[in-house]
Amino acid sequence: MATRTSRMSYDGVAVAVPVTVPYQRYSTLGAHWFLGQAVAGLLEASGLAKEQIDGLCVSSFSLAPDTAVGVTQHLGLSPRWLDHVPTGGASGVMCLRRAARAVQAGDAEVVACVAADTNHVDSFRQTLGSFSDFARDATYPYGSGGPNSIFAMITANYMRSFGAKREDFGRICVDQRSNALGNPNAMFKKALSLDEYMAARPISEPIHLFDCVMPCAGAEAFLVMSEARARDMGLPHALIRGAIERHNAYADDPVMFRGGWRVDRDDLYAQAGVAPAAIDFIQTYDDYPVIAMMQFEDLGFCEKGEGPAFVRSHTMTSGGSFPNNTSGGQLSAGQAGAAGGFLGMTETIRQLSGDAGARQVPDARLGLVAGFGMVTYDRCLCTGAVILGKAEATT
Amino acid sequence: MTMPLMRPKRKNPVLRTRQMNLPPWARGRVALGITAAAAEGRFELQTCEDCGTVQYPPREACRKCLSPRLHWREQDGAGELLGSTVLHHSNDLFFRERLPWRLGLVHLDAGPTLMVHLHGEVGDAPARVRVGARLDRAGQAVLIGFPNEGSAHMADDRMLREMTSDPKFRKALVTDGKTEVGQAIVRALVKAGADIVWVGHAEPWKKLGGLEDISALPQVTLVPLDLTNGRSVTELAGEIGGKVDIVVNNAEVHRSFGIGARRGTDVAKAEMDINYFGLLRLAQEFGPALKGRSADGATGATAWVNLLSIYALSNFPPHGTFSASKAAAHSLAQCLRAEMRPAGIRVINVFPGPIDDEWNQHTPPPKLAPATLANAIVKALRDGIEDVYPGDVAQEWLERWRDNPKILERELAAGS
Repeated sequence: MATRTSRMSYDGVAVAVPVTVPYQRYSTLGAHWFLGQAVAGLLEASGLAKEQIDGLCVSSFSLAPDTAVGVTQHLGLSPRWLDHVPTGGASGVMCLRRAARAVQAGDAEVVACVAADTNHVDSFRQTLGSFSDFARDATYPYGSGGPNSIFAMITANYMRSFGAKREDFGRICVDQRSNALGNPNAMFKKALSLDEYMAARPISEPIHLFDCVMPCAGAEAFLVMSEARARDMGLPHALIRGAIERHNAYADDPVMFRGGWRVDRDDLYAQAGVAPAAIDFIQTYDDYPVIAMMQFEDLGFCEKGEGPAFVRSHTMTSGGSFPNNTSGGQLSAGQAGAAGGFLGMTETIRQLSGDAGARQVPDARLGLVAGFGMVTYDRCLCTGAVILGKAEATT
Repeated sequence: MTMPLMRPKRKNPVLRTRQMNLPPWARGRVALGITAAAAEGRFELQTCEDCGTVQYPPREACRKCLSPRLHWREQDGAGELLGSTVLHHSNDLFFRERLPWRLGLVHLDAGPTLMVHLHGEVGDAPARVRVGARLDRAGQAVLIGFPNEGSAHMADDRMLREMTSDPKFRKALVTDGKTEVGQAIVRALVKAGADIVWVGHAEPWKKLGGLEDISALPQVTLVPLDLTNGRSVTELAGEIGGKVDIVVNNAEVHRSFGIGARRGTDVAKAEMDINYFGLLRLAQEFGPALKGRSADGATGATAWVNLLSIYALSNFPPHGTFSASKAAAHSLAQCLRAEMRPAGIRVINVFPGPIDDEWNQHTPPPKLAPATLANAIVKALRDGIEDVYPGDVAQEWLERWRDNPKILERELAAGS
């Protein structure tokens, strides 16, 4: 395990002002529109002027050919620190890590982290074939229709290796739907029963309809600044207790059955000074439920292969014994492109600020957000995780 | 077990003929190395010259040692199926029209993990499989997981038939039935299960041996066809163009000698008129009809075969004008291939060495027997191969040509 005790802590950095630009199934608007509304939302909720945003970190697919650079001119921003993080589902964790270091180093005072994507009627199909060199050469020609088929084979291999059943993945999806019913921003408004889950039509066996996220348009955003600044401004905020990332882990595994979280988790918990049992709720990256189950294992909540038993012995609703994806996750809130990688972050800030409404986890003090992004060929390459803590009242 | 393909019912003429939507054809330049090998029937992967790592997908550097010295090496394809999936949904029209479709993830014994189309006889994971490369309907290589031991009818697998041009239950046109080669091709197509073989014969007053034997076969129908005559080609295309699934253009004029041994251009013109312009006339009349029926069910239009010559690659001076006409035909065949590709029709170019016929009387052996050539053509149709170099001489010339075309030119000038 790659423990790096000398790594600098994230002490003194606050994450605040969670903003969600409500999702739409399809939109004729561009990614810039959603980015603009997200930044406007950050300003409105924080009371900051546009000029006070001196750092910008962007994640988006449909922004192409623009990057964060073009966004500054489009939105009339003039930051002194800029980053574009192309790690999709892991971009929330990774934007936070980069922004936090910028704040600690004094390169920026207030960093706006924004993820946004639009979804035209034909965007998803068009994205698939040009997603990566390897996708173009080695998966798209097989009719795979995006990541469905590769995750179907990963799921099939996991089920065969560890005895997981469809019902086990169903528990994850059903509990997330239950959480989504308390989230006004969630795309799905109807409860989902395990029977409905099991009866859904196959998409790419063993993956069925409710194992898949719904692509949509929308944005998620948050601000990173010093804890002192957040306190001065009177902004509800959370603190970074520890954070990790890893790319292309376990490259020699012939098929993915574990993720990069496992390489760095000891480092994560050591930095945060807590054990997995202390975590009050988790936001897994749920592009497919098998990946959520792997995160339970690889982030240390149970051993490898115990995922199926773990979900059988827990309820994963916001009021349950192991709250997971309290917003409903992407499976029930929708996947607004790169904003899917921010969903866990904004939700965790809300939970730790006591601002999660009907889905509030009781007495939530520590939340874990995991990220997972970019299937270039046969697995996702980017993994990350952050532990956020409730900011304790000091006065 | 693969269920044997049943003879398709007669087509309902009221229904619209399904049009082709090709599978995704975009590939990076490096990945085209797999296509180049698959076009000749081989499965090759990038192998690092320095550390021996076999890698996939193709890259610009070795994933282990970063060496740029990557070479394509033939693979035996042995591997283990780790997982499979049945697609019930695809965003791509080609697959959408052919669902359900089975894919697998194979851990090759040589190292890399491959996404493959799965043959129906491969069971659930874990299972031993043999991976091969085939050209799909877009003409680009895809990898296929085959059973280690296939059954008798494995070629009838629904997925595999999309990748190949098996003559079974198809209707073929062989443009010249008067030659030994033409007759051997007709027999081979009939043996391979072709439904109808139309056999062209020019100048019907010339009685040559063998044609009667061929026409006695119940599948065979003789049709008048003179490739030097545009009207003859047009008339035949009007009659059968909408039914032909496979065109085999074997008509050729072959005379020996180069430039100095014969005065005038009459012979060279006659060679060009059949070998080059004949192909052009045929392609203009039959090409569009084939393209319109390339997605017409399990026995739709599928392939176009050109009988070229290994002399098309580099001129063989003792057969100098013939070589030139075949080089022209080869160039035109590349154009035809590019124009047929959007419809998913495969153009197969066959480059034999000297054939054991009367026009190679003075050529010493080894010479290619007409039946061997015919079998190579049927095999290419069945295996979905695009470039065929049948026989030892063709293989040797190809190797020398690939090694260094300039050296080959000098050697051929010296008469070897």
